[in-house]
Amino acid sequence: MPDPSHHDRVTNTSGAVGSVGDGERKHVVIVGASLAGLRSAEALRAHGFVGRLTIVGDEGSAPYDRPPLSKQYLSGAWGEEKLWLRARGFDELNLDLQLNVRAESLDVASLALSTSTGDIAFDGLVIATGARPRRLPEPLDHGDHAVVRTKAHSDELRDKLRDGAKVVVIGAGFIGAEVAATARCRGCEVTILEAAPLPLERQLGPDMAGVCAGLHERNGVTLHTGVTIVATTAKSVTLADGRSFAADVVVVGVGVQPNIEWLQGSGLTLGNGIECDETCRAAPSIVAVGDVACWPNARYDERARVEHWTNAAEMAEHGAATLLADLNGTPEAALSYMPVPYFWSDQYATKIQFLGRVGGFDEVRVVAGAADSGKLLALYRRGDRVVGALGLSMPRHVMAYRRLLLENASWREALASVPVAKAPGA
Amino acid sequence: MRVYVDESICQGHTLCAMAAPELFDLREDDGHAYVSVTEFTAELMAAGRRAASTCPEQAIVVED
Repeated sequence: MPDPSHHDRVTNTSGAVGSVGDGERKHVVIVGASLAGLRSAEALRAHGFVGRLTIVGDEGSAPYDRPPLSKQYLSGAWGEEKLWLRARGFDELNLDLQLNVRAESLDVASLALSTSTGDIAFDGLVIATGARPRRLPEPLDHGDHAVVRTKAHSDELRDKLRDGAKVVVIGAGFIGAEVAATARCRGCEVTILEAAPLPLERQLGPDMAGVCAGLHERNGVTLHTGVTIVATTAKSVTLADGRSFAADVVVVGVGVQPNIEWLQGSGLTLGNGIECDETCRAAPSIVAVGDVACWPNARYDERARVEHWTNAAEMAEHGAATLLADLNGTPEAALSYMPVPYFWSDQYATKIQFLGRVGGFDEVRVVAGAADSGKLLALYRRGDRVVGALGLSMPRHVMAYRRLLLENASWREALASVPVAKAPGA
Repeated sequence: MRVYVDESICQGHTLCAMAAPELFDLREDDGHAYVSVTEFTAELMAAGRRAASTCPEQAIVVED
């Protein structure tokens, strides 16, 4: 049944905020110069904000895109020119982009931000400080283990992924799996060590997680699951059962943690990231967006942080609209952010795409293709509703379900929309 | 006035088809996008600009 309270992203972030009022005198500061921060700036301007706009980011590089860092950029197929998020430059955004500047503290009551180069007063604030790689717990953590989050990380790791190199990847989540696939394509001998019995189980449910785990073996990468690591060096990993793996490089991909430490004592509510309301608001005239933000998505009755590229982009647009509503003195005009999340992961020759949320699903059904064919479309049911669609190398079919997921369509309706399979070879 | 997808850049992430299904279709095999219309109304141009801003690869070209 269509949800009458649903607003499409486009209508959500335009029109509702009305005129910008005395916006020309106001100053909005965006903390974080990656995708969510940049998209926030673009959205503020697109919605008519004409005041001062400042972005501060702690990296030295102009805003760049992170997904290729574990894929095409890591493999060497792409040069850095394909990473820039605004190849056309920043002039039309009319903003002050301050790179190599780290936000150090915030005082919500006085609307003051302290940075490594001084204090900045603001009328509105967007927090988009993202996340950083989680490290192994002491004493397993080792400074020579590679992680992949920044361009510098990817550059450093690429040099080590030489033909024939032994690579041990700790963690079989998306980053670990993508690094493993890239390393394998560069001719490395790759072993993945995963603590969970099944990687990606939380994201995909057990059946489909099993299908994805099978991609590694099919592509010549060894996956050991359910392992406990008891010791590491720069070039080796030892398990509780006594097995030891020598490596030319050890890569750690055990998830990320939100960058919120600088907000201790700020007055914001911190928990699993920055705890926001349903409109992305962390406090009056302060929004948080992207990997760092946790909000209740009414569509799925869940409060979550979503670490997907598309969420950084969409939430930034939504947060900008909420911030403008606050700056206009009409906070009640801010709308609930209730996206259908989307992520993709390119592993080996397989394009994994997922729309929706898995949490609390009752059934997953393969409705086209088959696990052993490398192509598959699966739908997830919760109650009598379709809540997710997973595709392995069936991109066109996955997208066909977006409208139904936006409409909170029934399971029956979703099954009735299953594409007619083409004859083999067609 | 037209919108097109630079096929040498597109990676098949299909966000354009999510943002503007009335303008883009996807190839069955790799999900690479193409523009499915030949007449570009003002509405479709606006949809094209919106889609261009969602493309991770910046593969969508909008010529006003």
